[in-house]
Amino acid sequence: MHNGTRIKISNVSFYYGNLKVLSNISMDIYKNQVTAIIGPSGCGKSTFIRLLNRMNDLITKSKLEGSIYLDNKDIYKAKEDVVAIRRLVGMVFQKPNPFPKSIYENVAYGLEVNNIKDKAFIEHRVIESLRKAALWNEVKDRLHDSALKLSGGQQQRLCIARCLAVDPEVILFDEPCASLDPVSTKKIEELILELKSDYTIVIVTHNMQQAARVSDFTAFLYLGELVEFGHTEKIFTVPKNKKTEEYLTGKFG
Amino acid sequence: MRIKETIYKWIFTIFAFASLLFLVGIVVVLFKEGLPIFKHVKLVAFLFGKSWYPTYEPAEYGILPLIMGSVWVTVGAVLVSVPLGVGSALYLDELASYKQKAILKPIIEILASIPSIVFGFFGMVIVAPLIQRIFKLPVGLCALTASIILGVMAIPTICSLAEDALSYVPRSFREASFALGANRWQTLTKVVVPAAGSGVSTSIILGVSRIVGETMTVLMVSGGAAMIPVSFFQPVRPMTATIAAEMGEAAMGSAHYHALFAIGLILFLVTLVFNIIAELISRRFRIKLGLNR
Amino acid sequence: MKKDNIQNLGFLVLFLCIVITLFFLGTIIFFVVVRGAKVISLSFLFEAPRRAMTEGGVAPAIIGTFYLTLGAIIFALPLGVACAIYLCEYSPKSFVVNIIRMSINNLAGVPSVVFGLFGLAVFVKFFNFGVSILSGSLTLGILVLPSIISASQEALLAVPRSIREASLSLGASSWQTIKKIVIPTALPGILTGVILSIGRIAGETAPIMFTAATFYIKKYPSSIFSEVMVLPYHIYALMTEGTHPDKQTAIAYGCALILLILVLFVSALAIVIRQRQRSYHHA
Repeated sequence: MHNGTRIKISNVSFYYGNLKVLSNISMDIYKNQVTAIIGPSGCGKSTFIRLLNRMNDLITKSKLEGSIYLDNKDIYKAKEDVVAIRRLVGMVFQKPNPFPKSIYENVAYGLEVNNIKDKAFIEHRVIESLRKAALWNEVKDRLHDSALKLSGGQQQRLCIARCLAVDPEVILFDEPCASLDPVSTKKIEELILELKSDYTIVIVTHNMQQAARVSDFTAFLYLGELVEFGHTEKIFTVPKNKKTEEYLTGKFG
Repeated sequence: MRIKETIYKWIFTIFAFASLLFLVGIVVVLFKEGLPIFKHVKLVAFLFGKSWYPTYEPAEYGILPLIMGSVWVTVGAVLVSVPLGVGSALYLDELASYKQKAILKPIIEILASIPSIVFGFFGMVIVAPLIQRIFKLPVGLCALTASIILGVMAIPTICSLAEDALSYVPRSFREASFALGANRWQTLTKVVVPAAGSGVSTSIILGVSRIVGETMTVLMVSGGAAMIPVSFFQPVRPMTATIAAEMGEAAMGSAHYHALFAIGLILFLVTLVFNIIAELISRRFRIKLGLNR
Repeated sequence: MKKDNIQNLGFLVLFLCIVITLFFLGTIIFFVVVRGAKVISLSFLFEAPRRAMTEGGVAPAIIGTFYLTLGAIIFALPLGVACAIYLCEYSPKSFVVNIIRMSINNLAGVPSVVFGLFGLAVFVKFFNFGVSILSGSLTLGILVLPSIISASQEALLAVPRSIREASLSLGASSWQTIKKIVIPTALPGILTGVILSIGRIAGETAPIMFTAATFYIKKYPSSIFSEVMVLPYHIYALMTEGTHPDKQTAIAYGCALILLILVLFVSALAIVIRQRQRSYHHA
């Protein structure tokens, strides 16, 4: 069913100050599969996904217990370079957040900050990434226009292209369709399914149908705890846990 | 890569603390150079002494006339600038059409940057002779002239800040009042002004703080006599003008020099109090209107 | 009916307020422009004063104002922006930082003559720079430091967190994020603050009275340790010293007009930039 573990989360708890927001979570994220994290708002799913590329490092007074391994390396070990980890683990955010720069510069940015100077290579990579993100045809004539002029859905695909350009191995999607219309949402979902063959994908969503449509594995988080984790069709058809069943049938959420 | 990061962080830390050092330095210097005056004269005698004769023999360092000079001029200027400044702000916020406001607001902001020396100069060549003629005074340079000039000077500052405060009042407040049958004037006086009240008072306090600390204008138009005024038609010598006029002649390290620094210290403390009050009120204002910043 | 009468009266009063305000300020500008324009000529702008300030131009004062303003900005701009970057980007949001922020806000309201005292005690006397361009520039620099810091801070805080996170998530270091994303985005805001400061420095008189300015000097400044003639101080000196008040007043009008044009132009520029920036953010 899957070909190996990419990220191993082992007994992870996370605190904001004294508030425990994630409690003793252990699970595996498999290579070239889409793993969805679902749960009611405030259950800690965004906090959880942001642990995987150390985005929560920005929050002062936070504390992590347990370990997260990326290809058997503990990413929270002091000697690991956070910049290198973020290069391997890309992220697409809830709200499209293009830089106030041109479309081209947005995609090229990740290469630039990684000290790639070869102009021809950068151009090639920008075009390739925009193609992969299914945006190329819409923007090929205006690569040097401001990214802020694009529609919301286009901006989000631009952010995906920007993320692809640095050639990550894992991509984290933090509710990527939260602010998009149904048509744009459908495009992004199709994209995720296409990207699966080249990348390992984790997606946070509050939309259960979305999880069912795009993911191979699903984790259900509730009040900071991992209630159930397994194959998506199993979770959605024969949930083992009563809480999961209640959530999926809309009893709360 | 990491080393570079650390170096940059340190550079910024050093810069930040260097600027702080300068700012803290001001306080230190004022105390260090100001306090020695109290070897020559007691604090009470300094603050409440009625004669300021720093170059006489023996010298007298009573700054009450200077304080009273500042007080008279400030009160006079407030009487001019607050009604006109707040009134103009109310006009801009309530009555001006969108187009009028789009033109007038920037103009008032630009006028706020006219240098004080230009006001002082204008006061000296135009206003003072006019005041002298109208009130048949021996000289036109007096507390009244200084008040008018300072007051006019502070109007743009007060108007611009007060208008900002008024524009933060949510439209829903107004609509609620109109819905109850109030007319625009009632809505303005009973809903908008009370809601923006603390924001408007902040603008007034900051305007007053600017008036108290203003130097060149009063130096040029207040007349310069160090006596306790009994009317607006008398010449006065506010604290700022005293420092500016006498620092050039005071010998470094002399009692006079320290006395001028002590006046600077008092000015510093007074404006500090004004600013802290303004900050506290404006913080409450933001909370009251639910503005988070 | 009575209710409406009160309203009409109230509105009339407010209308009068703005009319009086604009009348006063307009009168000042009118007099300075009309009388100043009479004396301004090419030789007034490009020649040195002659005959004990009663004839000739004010070129040395214009140049002096330029040097002092330039010096102050060279000093305050990097320091102020770096300080703001440290406060917004590097320092944790702690109690100490709040104290620092508050003290910067408060220092922005300290009277300019007090900064003059500081400059006198520290730069002129303690460091022994004397009454010079250097002392004056440093004093003016410190005077505008708080406003540059707060303007820069405001501009930096307005940069959305989301695009910082985007940059970091692509493997940019925090310095790269600041340099390539945060500063360029905040630049118009920082610029507005700096330009407003330039306007303020150019018109300041009190802080340079005992740190840089002199009434009359024959030579153009030759080094940063020279005393200088400066426009605002020159106006003051023309009005309070010298022996030919009539001729000197005319020259003072000319200086006031030059200063007014300079300062109003600069602040209009800043306000236009800010207005544009606002409409950009709202779009």
